[in-house]
Amino acid sequence: MTATLAPTKPPTVVRTTTGATGPSNKRSTLSTVVLLVGAAYCLLPVAWVLVASTKSAGELFTTFTFTPSTHLWDNVQDLSAYRGGLFWRWMANTALYAGVGALLSVIVSAMAGFGLAKFSFAGKKAIFNVILAGVLVPGVVLAIPQYLLLAQVGLTNTYWSVLLPSIISPYGIYLARIYAAASVPDDVLEAARTDGAGEARIFARIAVPMMVPGLVTVFLFQFVAIWNNYMLPYIMLGNDRLFPITVGLSGLLNQGASQPAMYTAVITGALLSIIPLIALFLLLQRYWQVDLAAGAVKA
Amino acid sequence: MTVQTPPRARRRRSGRFAPYVYLAPAMTLFALFLALPIGYALYLSFRTVKVSGLGLGKGARTEVWAGFDNYARSLTDPDFIDSVIRVALYGLVLVPVMLGLALLFALLLDSKRTRGRGFSRVSIFLPYAVPAVIASLLWGFLYLPRVSPFYYVFDKIGWDAPDILSSQWVLFAIANIGLWGGVGFNMIVIYTALKAIPSELYEAARLDGATEVQIAWRIKIPVVTPSLILTFLFSMIATLQVFAEPMTLRPLTNTISSTWSPLMKVYRDAFTRDDIYSAAATSVIIALATFALSFGFLRLVQRRAFSQENS
Repeated sequence: MTATLAPTKPPTVVRTTTGATGPSNKRSTLSTVVLLVGAAYCLLPVAWVLVASTKSAGELFTTFTFTPSTHLWDNVQDLSAYRGGLFWRWMANTALYAGVGALLSVIVSAMAGFGLAKFSFAGKKAIFNVILAGVLVPGVVLAIPQYLLLAQVGLTNTYWSVLLPSIISPYGIYLARIYAAASVPDDVLEAARTDGAGEARIFARIAVPMMVPGLVTVFLFQFVAIWNNYMLPYIMLGNDRLFPITVGLSGLLNQGASQPAMYTAVITGALLSIIPLIALFLLLQRYWQVDLAAGAVKA
Repeated sequence: MTVQTPPRARRRRSGRFAPYVYLAPAMTLFALFLALPIGYALYLSFRTVKVSGLGLGKGARTEVWAGFDNYARSLTDPDFIDSVIRVALYGLVLVPVMLGLALLFALLLDSKRTRGRGFSRVSIFLPYAVPAVIASLLWGFLYLPRVSPFYYVFDKIGWDAPDILSSQWVLFAIANIGLWGGVGFNMIVIYTALKAIPSELYEAARLDGATEVQIAWRIKIPVVTPSLILTFLFSMIATLQVFAEPMTLRPLTNTISSTWSPLMKVYRDAFTRDDIYSAAATSVIIALATFALSFGFLRLVQRRAFSQENS
């Protein structure tokens, strides 16, 4: 493939241009610098929120951006005291929506992915195509009909209204199918069946342990997707005691327009809310091997 | 013979039903939270409310079929057209820059001549852990002249800094938030594909004296093309759906209208104007446009992106 795509120059020409100088140190410095500039750009807002959360409301708009102050603890206490600890309730809600939602999603996706990868049955191709089409459905476009339908059964403005629509993940199923196909050998399943093991046992004891690394990735994907989905809870929830952190903080920012003291609360809240997720990311780093085109690359 | 029959019979029976049992939870949820809402949105998009008399009292407001009226109204609504043009521009600014940088960073990460790769990889990927709302909050403050270090620097030099939240620049302000949040994820996707390339493939080229740039251009980029295509597709879909960033920035500036992006218009129609019918029609249009773009694009590049899977 590469040969047809890239017309190659005669190798002799190439050799004369670089062969004499060898690997140049200049390029290594340049590429290091470019990458570090990228890293600095990505760290800038995080560094800013670290510094800004140490400032009092007065200092926020008066001292230089990156001059730290000493009010971090006061800010955290003020935020915690806001309406009886509402902020921490938002954090707990977020953990519930994203954590429980992603866990349920992994179970559903693992089952479906395993079923699709390891069995042949009538309608398999149709089901897989429907799920693939589901990957491309703009999720947020669903939010309004989902709201109207849940309203008819009286489930809007409850935990269920955010949790239930978050469980189904066509992309998670697609990934789980790839992992099941790649990591669970057919002869192991066949041997287990010959030994008389039931399907539930085969799935829980044999298939799932083999799929674990892939399932962690599915979990992370869905966790981020739920925690990132702003429109769904924004539409579904009216009671601010049910809000996830994103909806809660953007509401606080709205209030900041009329009472600037709120800005400090928003900034401190932003810092506290990203700490757990960043920790989770660093801990589970090795699972972020995102091979989107896995099916294609293998062939 | 007789001893072997029971297990085989059981196996065949469980084998027949097992796949459907595995798929049942997924298909049920798929039907309830994907298929049904889509069907309901389609239904609503062809309905409207007819008001008789003063519209007071019971029975004065009745739901009737509207044909394609809602679609016609959506497609000719200047607010909608403006929002589509805005988002198209936003995508044109964001997607090429984001994927270009993601590819560049991935190639640099893959090159042994770059130092500090572990630190850079984690740092650039980090924003993916920050949800769009929080990212918009952070950047929103960094855009405020009284907080921003950029304005401070410009001020010290004595230059006039452009107001990034003015109507002229706000599109770039929002695109920057998308770039910040998305470049690391796409970098990781491409980097993962790069690592899958067997090193013999370019060791030979290196021995022949090919430069790193030549190896990247002739060997690495063609191999990661399927990943690039998919990241492009997902970025395009995400672009069409931009909602959280402009919604979050709104309190900080008056240059973002309530119909800045198509989804914001859907939200306004459904919940501020209580016109769920035209909101449904607009959602259907956005979904169809997404499908058309995705499939059109995939068709264009199909041969190279997906080889037929056999399993």
